[in-house]
Amino acid sequence: MVGGATSSPGAARNRPGHAELVGEPALLVQHLTKRFGNRVAFDDVSFEVGFGEVFGFLGPNGAGKTTTVRTLGTLIAPTSGAARVAGIPLNSKNGPAIRARISIMPESPGLYLRLTVLENLQCFAKLYELADVRGHVARALRAVNLEDRANDLCGSLSKGLRQRVALARALLNDPVVLFLDEPTSGLDPVATREVHDLLASLRERGVTIFLTTHRLDEAQRLCDRVAILNSTLRMIGRPDELRTQLFRRSLEVRLRVQLDDPAALFGTVDEVERWERTPSGYTLTVSDPGLAAPAVARALVGADADILSITESHHSLEDVYLELIDEDVEAKSR
Amino acid sequence: MSFSWTRVGAILRKELRDYRRNRFVIGTMAATPVVFIILPMIQLVAANVSGNTAHLSLRIGLSLLYMLVIPVTMPSAVSAYSVVGEREQGTLEPILTTPISREEFLIGKALAAFVPTVVMAYTVFGIFLAAAALFAHPVIVSAIYAGTHVLVQLLFTPLLAGWAIWVGIAVSARSTDVRAAQQLSVLASVPPLAVVALMSLNVITVSTGLALSLAVALLAFDLLAWRVVAAMFDRERLVTGRRG
Repeated sequence: MVGGATSSPGAARNRPGHAELVGEPALLVQHLTKRFGNRVAFDDVSFEVGFGEVFGFLGPNGAGKTTTVRTLGTLIAPTSGAARVAGIPLNSKNGPAIRARISIMPESPGLYLRLTVLENLQCFAKLYELADVRGHVARALRAVNLEDRANDLCGSLSKGLRQRVALARALLNDPVVLFLDEPTSGLDPVATREVHDLLASLRERGVTIFLTTHRLDEAQRLCDRVAILNSTLRMIGRPDELRTQLFRRSLEVRLRVQLDDPAALFGTVDEVERWERTPSGYTLTVSDPGLAAPAVARALVGADADILSITESHHSLEDVYLELIDEDVEAKSR
Repeated sequence: MSFSWTRVGAILRKELRDYRRNRFVIGTMAATPVVFIILPMIQLVAANVSGNTAHLSLRIGLSLLYMLVIPVTMPSAVSAYSVVGEREQGTLEPILTTPISREEFLIGKALAAFVPTVVMAYTVFGIFLAAAALFAHPVIVSAIYAGTHVLVQLLFTPLLAGWAIWVGIAVSARSTDVRAAQQLSVLASVPPLAVVALMSLNVITVSTGLALSLAVALLAFDLLAWRVVAAMFDRERLVTGRRG
């Protein structure tokens, strides 16, 4: 399955290292596979991510999300397939050049706890050989609102603050692609909200973000497009596209009393393709809810039914995700 | 991308800052030289200068051997921690996601163990020479300063430290447990000390030429060890625990 890239309006930016990449996707992955011996981490994965896009990479534990990030980040070598990361072909020779253009924030912040926030960031700024270390560090601290904690030892910070320091570290080199691996894993709701706000502000600045998560609300809220991985890429697209791809559009009809002959009634409405009884009424599969709802209402009024409500069914990204994962579980058990 | 001393310097500075704030490292680094200056001084002060010269020579050799134990034991714990410790803390993966090459990373780590070790070992040797000059019998003092003793100390201190450090890092890159790595690295770094012990105890009669030849051989081993350790440093295995 190959997904097309969509560049958001903020994508064409004049950020360093981006100018020469005009016309190229930030990430281009073609039939990428990684195996550890007989175990398949991910298989035949293909997708594109456009500049300025926030791309969600969803999947259950062990689906291969982190391994994909590590592969694209040149930490591990793919078994087969090809990719271009920030415009550079993925191979071992290009590892340092790719790593200079991207940033990866692993699930665990991985900070030096006996060093201060400032010392941690200075160390990494030098590892990227940034010309203006002080300027880059100051901007990264400002981006995560940690200027007043710069001289605190990382060991004295809360988990949420450590995550913010790790995010500041990932922003130091003004990356072409920012990989975030479960950035809110293990955080409490307040710290999670802080990270979400930071990601939203990065999105507004047009930073290309590759976000792996199994928090579906996070993906729905932050991502332009999402891909669902379960060793193979199951689906890719905008969250609303996935919903319409996977679930037929439908109306939920609630009545005070069930109909005597629903088949005869719904059969008279052209827009209704299928119907099924629910505890409180009926679910109607329809081609266009906007046209079907008035027609169904007229038919019900004509049959003297007491209508409590007629609403369009809304499937969340979670419904899509669970449907796909359930399909996989069923397929494996067969 | 070419070799960058800026990146090496970043690792070196980070390590030295980390040591400074780590009581265990400070304690280990401080205790070793204290032990190894007290014992040889007792040897010298208690030496009977009117006895036979072979016995006196053995005493001096033993005292000086203590000095060379410092560059072998002192960096072992630190270098054995260098890779597996970062892995345990979860700091290795963020470092490896930067453009740093394995050679830059390893040189930075090695220098961070090498610099304090050599500074400490030379300082302790300087204190030993000064204390000997002040408190030991003039016959002993002249025996220490004569011959190849000082040359052996000056040459072999950095070379033995280099060996111990590369052995420690090699063990660290292959280990999954810090304590096992530290114990193994101390054991594995001892063999070259055996040769130096034979020289210090006059089992091998040392000439300047022999000392220089052995130093060149040890230098070659150190360089070879660096290349071997660099080849052993496999990002994929270190990050995933599996070979690709």
